[in-house]
Amino acid sequence: MTELDTGAPVVPETAPPDRKAKVDQGFLRRAGIVAAILVVAVVVALLQSGSGLVVWQSVVTGILTGGLYGLIAMGLTLIFGVLDIVNFAHGAFLAVAMFLSFGMVQATGLHPYLTLVVAVPVLFLLGAAVHRGLLSGAGGRSLENQLLITLGLSLLLENGLQMFFGAEPKTITLPGDFQFSLLGAVVAGSRLYAFLGAVVLGGLLFWLLRRTRLGTAIRAVAANAPGAALVGINVRRMHTLTFAIGTACAGAAAVLAGPLVTVTPTLGDQFNITAFVVVVLGGMGNVAGALVGGLLIGLVEQLTTIYLGGQSSLLGVFVVFVLVLFLRPQGLFGRRA
Amino acid sequence: MSTITIAAPTNSDAVKAPPLRPQNRQFAILAILVLVAIPLPLILPAAQGAVAVRILIFLLMAVGWNIMSGFGGMFSFGHAAYFGLGAYTSAYLLVKHNVSPWIGMLAGMAVAAAVAVVIGYFSFRYKLQGAYFALATFAFAEMLRLIVTSSAFANKSVGYSVPLIQGSSLWQIQFPADSPAYFWVALFLAGAAVAISIGFLHSRAGRYVTAIRDDELAAASLGAPVLRHKLMTVALSAAITAVAGAFYTQYYLFVNPDLGFGSAISIQAIVPVVIGGIGTVWGPVVGAIIIGSLTDVTATLLRTPPGFLGFLQGRSGLDVVLYAVLVILIVRLLPKGIVGTLAARWRR
Repeated sequence: MTELDTGAPVVPETAPPDRKAKVDQGFLRRAGIVAAILVVAVVVALLQSGSGLVVWQSVVTGILTGGLYGLIAMGLTLIFGVLDIVNFAHGAFLAVAMFLSFGMVQATGLHPYLTLVVAVPVLFLLGAAVHRGLLSGAGGRSLENQLLITLGLSLLLENGLQMFFGAEPKTITLPGDFQFSLLGAVVAGSRLYAFLGAVVLGGLLFWLLRRTRLGTAIRAVAANAPGAALVGINVRRMHTLTFAIGTACAGAAAVLAGPLVTVTPTLGDQFNITAFVVVVLGGMGNVAGALVGGLLIGLVEQLTTIYLGGQSSLLGVFVVFVLVLFLRPQGLFGRRA
Repeated sequence: MSTITIAAPTNSDAVKAPPLRPQNRQFAILAILVLVAIPLPLILPAAQGAVAVRILIFLLMAVGWNIMSGFGGMFSFGHAAYFGLGAYTSAYLLVKHNVSPWIGMLAGMAVAAAVAVVIGYFSFRYKLQGAYFALATFAFAEMLRLIVTSSAFANKSVGYSVPLIQGSSLWQIQFPADSPAYFWVALFLAGAAVAISIGFLHSRAGRYVTAIRDDELAAASLGAPVLRHKLMTVALSAAITAVAGAFYTQYYLFVNPDLGFGSAISIQAIVPVVIGGIGTVWGPVVGAIIIGSLTDVTATLLRTPPGFLGFLQGRSGLDVVLYAVLVILIVRLLPKGIVGTLAARWRR
């Protein structure tokens, strides 16, 4: 539990011990409230659908899909927490990586997961280039400008993809995909892999931020950029690196999610929305919070589908989003700034 | 002239009219622009006439967005909410109750303004700022889209088609397809919107709003009623955007959840202002003209591409790519937009 709470790189670690204990208590209380709400939601869903199996399937699907959302949100939350950039192009990066993966599978018959080896470095470089070329420097500094540049970039990438690949949906099939039954709920192997990938990637990012010199430098820049510059950290390079790492996460997420979705140039939009919700829910810059937030949003989405029917799954997500924005903009598990 | 003045004015000074106050100068420019525009549909070929009407719709949306986000500094990423409310309210009243679109338009303005005040009140009450505010406005627009898509009351994802009448009627805002009357109605609405935005900017409320935008804490400490003026700005902005929505439905005779509330609509409200210059009176006008013409140029380009672009035939997306590039370039190179940059040059 405390592991989760220290996941925010934006939070300096020098909190006095008694305050830390108090915060942990608040954290436990909030986690308890969230769990209670979830239990109530599941019970209501049970009453509404009248079938335990339907609800169990939804919960399992929700958790597995939620892992995917967490995976996508991790890169976004890193960029948000360290650079304070609302990156509207994150979904478009995701789409670019998916088409990259799709193209390689089509052209060479590679196993889809092997395209990670190319997609992650390519997206890393793309992210670095975008940050250096468009976002750093005077023109890209103010909030509106960052919003507009990333918005423009996302339109550019999506419609560029559409021009060259066409708008018709494509699929990436995973060779040897299988299904198994988990206490009656049907689970696809690809979904399980994506979930495990999310956990592994989350762990990697956590390790990178917490246990390496690079991670320490990134956290220092996030906490106090001028101070970090004083002790000899190249702030601009750290910003570029962070943006590139965040974008590379989108690359990894795209490859893992590829077999689960129909690939279209605009698919990033929907993931973008969900990812923003997850980022706000988990707390800006909190990588572990992103994973937990992702799970919650996956559940919310599935349960909304039971309540309201297929078309409105996002409605529940937005309701949660607005409530969190209003009541706890620092995130469910973050501390007040 | 006056014998009291110590340094008697020279003759030429006495004759010269006092310089126009900025708002009067802007009103004069607006009047000239409108007068120049009136004969346009009689001169232009029919296809260009349609482009002109689209430019005026862009203009209305841009002026609406600019009031809230430019003058007020509250960056909205959800103006589709107000556009859609305007479109749906007037369409609903017309289709279900046969109410004139003019009245529907007024009703739409009222509904949009009310919703904007509610959203604004909660956002300001919980002190959402910057990126958080933008994300919240976006979330509200998307929520409205989802609600409309799933409620039978609004015909779900089908939307409304405006019933056709025989002949033309100004009261029903319906004319033969190529009639210049559409342009004149749109010109009237757009001209009025620009006039209102000029009047607002120079009014007492407008001065409060720009002061609050520049430094909310300072303005509040000097006694500016912050919340009231922010809500006023948001309501005015939403009402003007709703007019664009109502006219859009009347012109294209159709609206559905994506055309009314889709996030593309919010982007269409933002882009012209960014290109023209956020927070300037003429920025939305210049931006709308550029974006409107540009979409026409790219559409023609895609229909009959020159040889080296042959592969683009029938591919959609080029228009958006072009204006995405334009947005990025303008933000990077002219962060104040075209009008803003020119104005800064002029002053120097």
